[in-house]
Amino acid sequence: MITPGEPLASRPVPEGGSRVTIRIAGDSGDGIQLAGGRFAGATALAGNDLATLPDFPAEIRAPAGTLPGVSGYQIQFASTEVLTPGDRADVLVAFNPAALRVNLPDLRPGGVVIVNSTAFEDETGLRKAGYETNPLEDGSLDGYRVHPVAIGRLTREALADSGLGARQVERCKNFFALGLLSWMFARPLEPTLRWIERRFRDRPDLAEANRRALTAGYHFGDTARLFETPLEIPPAEVAAGVWRALDGNEAIALALATLAERSGLDVLLASYPITPASTVLHRTSRLEAFGVTTFQAEDEIGAVGAALGASFAGGLGVTTTSGPGLALKGEFLGLAVMTELPLVVIDIQRGGPSTGLPTRTEQADLLMALFGRHGEAPLPVLAPRSPGDCFWTVLEAARIALRSMTPVVVLSEGYLANGSEPFRVPGEDELPEIRPRRLSDPQRFEGTYVRDPETLARPWIAPGTPGLEHRIGGLEKDELGRVSYDPDNHERMVAARAAKIARIADDLPPAALEEGEPGDDLLVIGWGGTWGAITEAVRAERAAGRRVASLHLRHLNPLPRGLAELAGRFPRVLVAERNCGQLALLLRGRLGLDVESFTRVRGIPFVVAELRERIAAIVGGGVS
Amino acid sequence: MGRGPTRKEFATDQDVRWCPGCGDYAILASVQTAFAKLGVPREKFVVVSGIGCSSRFPYYMNTYGFHTLHGRAPGVATGIKLTRPDLSVWVVTGDGDALAIGAGHLLHALRRNVGIRILLFNNRIYGLTKGQASPTSETGKTTPSTPGGVADRPFRPVALALAAGATFVARSVDRFGAHLQEMIERAARHEGAALIEILQNCNIFNDGAFAEVTGRAGREENVLYLEHGRPLRFGPDGSRGLALDGAGGLVEVDPGQAPGRVLVHDERAPDSAVPDLLARLDAPVPLGVFRDVSAPALEQVLRERREAARRARDGGLAELLAGPNAWTVP
Ligand SMILES: Cc1ncc(C[n+]2csc(CCOP(=O)(O)OP(=O)(O)O)c2C)c(N)n1
Ligand code: SF4
Ligand SMILES: [Mg+2]
Repeated sequence: MITPGEPLASRPVPEGGSRVTIRIAGDSGDGIQLAGGRFAGATALAGNDLATLPDFPAEIRAPAGTLPGVSGYQIQFASTEVLTPGDRADVLVAFNPAALRVNLPDLRPGGVVIVNSTAFEDETGLRKAGYETNPLEDGSLDGYRVHPVAIGRLTREALADSGLGARQVERCKNFFALGLLSWMFARPLEPTLRWIERRFRDRPDLAEANRRALTAGYHFGDTARLFETPLEIPPAEVAAGVWRALDGNEAIALALATLAERSGLDVLLASYPITPASTVLHRTSRLEAFGVTTFQAEDEIGAVGAALGASFAGGLGVTTTSGPGLALKGEFLGLAVMTELPLVVIDIQRGGPSTGLPTRTEQADLLMALFGRHGEAPLPVLAPRSPGDCFWTVLEAARIALRSMTPVVVLSEGYLANGSEPFRVPGEDELPEIRPRRLSDPQRFEGTYVRDPETLARPWIAPGTPGLEHRIGGLEKDELGRVSYDPDNHERMVAARAAKIARIADDLPPAALEEGEPGDDLLVIGWGGTWGAITEAVRAERAAGRRVASLHLRHLNPLPRGLAELAGRFPRVLVAERNCGQLALLLRGRLGLDVESFTRVRGIPFVVAELRERIAAIVGGGVS
Repeated sequence: MGRGPTRKEFATDQDVRWCPGCGDYAILASVQTAFAKLGVPREKFVVVSGIGCSSRFPYYMNTYGFHTLHGRAPGVATGIKLTRPDLSVWVVTGDGDALAIGAGHLLHALRRNVGIRILLFNNRIYGLTKGQASPTSETGKTTPSTPGGVADRPFRPVALALAAGATFVARSVDRFGAHLQEMIERAARHEGAALIEILQNCNIFNDGAFAEVTGRAGREENVLYLEHGRPLRFGPDGSRGLALDGAGGLVEVDPGQAPGRVLVHDERAPDSAVPDLLARLDAPVPLGVFRDVSAPALEQVLRERREAARRARDGGLAELLAGPNAWTVP
């Protein structure tokens, strides 16, 4: 609960609310992502639960002040569990007219707008945003609580004697705004000050300027009193332990270091830059000390080839990419299936096809991951549900790859990659054992494809092992590893490879409900990054008296056991996903389930309200 | 160094399936012989190939082997070498495999100077897919896919490798066993990437591919053996020589007339200007080492960095996972 609000002249959230959604928006050169990220960091440190949604244009610097150049960062934080970055903002900070225009539709009616009024003083800025008259004066913002703050001018004044040039001063605006937000929501400045210290170690002048802008914004909040007092959102009640803020791509990098450290394997991350996957490569390349080598290949094919070579050599190959890159890697995935080598392929999905919406989020690579190869080439597919879950999912993928000698695809997505949340840092004892099973004793060798009776995996033999020299490759082999064109052998081997993947399900937790109980009126099934939105919608509808349950899939192949039986206990099943019905197709085809679809492909996370509407329409009734 | 495996021990029990008379047989024999001379245990060799007749090679070598995808062997070999710098990693590839579908990978492997040895079997034809033109087929050659004759111009593999900055580039011929073995041994001992173009006959789809070199007369007239520190002389009794023409090219001179003008081969020259000119010659055909210079191998550079990072590491996994801004909830 929120600390009793003494007369808050202008509370940004409705009375009794203990959660706030803020969106900061400006030009892509305004440092919006940075300000957002720092605010999230301070909010995490303040102990709130949170979820974020960065949204930036595909162009590095679209023309300044234009609508396509607008960059935004949304964060929802609360004293209770936060599952999504929020459908609509309670507070919008707009750095310029374009940012106001693009983001106003996502502000809730009656919400607070803080505008950088300096940017509304000049005609061109208004015109670039398509405003004929100044929206601060023409009454078009009447339904909102508008606070013009001359962020540009105040920053300039604060830095008047800093000795910096006009452009550099201009670039400190984001810290002024961050200072203001920090006052409004009682966020401590220390973490940000520490961050400035580290970041500008080599530029004391910039460090000083940003520090000053930050504190100036903070003091401005205090003197100008946009609200009577800061709105305090006390810490959320969370499990004891060490916590940190974590985004999905950082989580993957940490998982790779954990993997190398825990398994003792040489991990090779071989990748080719592509949004939104590149930051995994950037971050992992700083983790050499933990036994991960990174290799930026000449293209995605060279990258997955190097990763597969690493696995053949007895290490663990990993490659990260996005949809277009996964398409290029397809032929190598076939080879990895054929040669039965461990390999972890991480696809950070974005809007497609083709270049599509490169900086936006989507879940439309599911069927490509499952089936986008020549020949019968089944492989396990997993999807994380939240930014922090990327850590656990990558470890799980590696466990399966090593245990079953198979390539594994992990389907993350832009929303998880860039979004952050509080993450409870696991202790050593909570990390899974990762024990690679390599064969080095020639006495125990029976044949390259003679399988382990339990996992059906073939032996993994690293080159350099005396007495076990052998050849593998794309041509079909018999059990002893000899090239074979025999029809019966091929049919046997196709079946054996499929059985090996199917058997992984023995090792997985059976299908289980997230919310609700068997016999409810509706089951909502989702996978991957929609977990937060689906859970929030289902909880809200249950609170409104509707009997709706949910189930979320981490394993898309093989599917958990008992899924068909469990789903069969509901009169109606709704599959919610951000594509045009790929999981629905799978569930109909694989399990014969009669499902309905809720799908959106707008490049943004689900709007919880829309999903709730659909649930309410199906279930009917309710008490709200 | 102890006694290494014998030549016979490098043979597998798989039936070799090349066409009788194919140049690949002779290359296989030379590789096995040369490997036996290296004194390296069999388990330390990895032979990686792409797709093509030539790329069946690993199945016939009793070492570790990986028959990969069309054109993609360099990436796989790179991953192996980065993971296990102690292994002797070889790539066997064809002219189509290396220079058409896999051209990008080949050039980047050479550019990076990763310690893999690439044997490029150049038969100037697509053997496995039954005789289509390849990127090294001569202009005008008729093949099933070019009934009107090849309309474009061929690559010169050695020139391409030099342009990519390769630190070791050589050329030999399937049938010249002793010479080929010497080149293989030298490539094996090179640090960083090494490429040998092996002129290979495909007696089914491109018979006599290099007759101008392999024929009795051709051998004497057309072959220029490159030997470090020796003058570039060829022809009967070395009666012809090569000199710089003063205009950025090579010119044939009579060594008897102008002995001082004949170029002396310098495979260790820091820049590859003369090797480039030699790589562009159609006649005479230079055989031997064009270039052999030393530069840090990628796998060594990365290993050293990793070791340095390990030594400088100031926290364990727990510190890494927590990061600099963690907080504790009691
Ligand atoms: C992706 C892909 N495309 C095409 C092929 C068909 N293919 C196999 S080998 C080959 C050309 C081989 O020529 P080369 O590399 O010169 O080898 P050679 O058979 O002459 O030794 C082609 C086109 C293939 N296997 N894979
Ligand atoms: S087709 Fe040519 S290259 Fe292929 S095996 Fe036969 S002779 Fe050799
Ligand atoms: Mg060929």
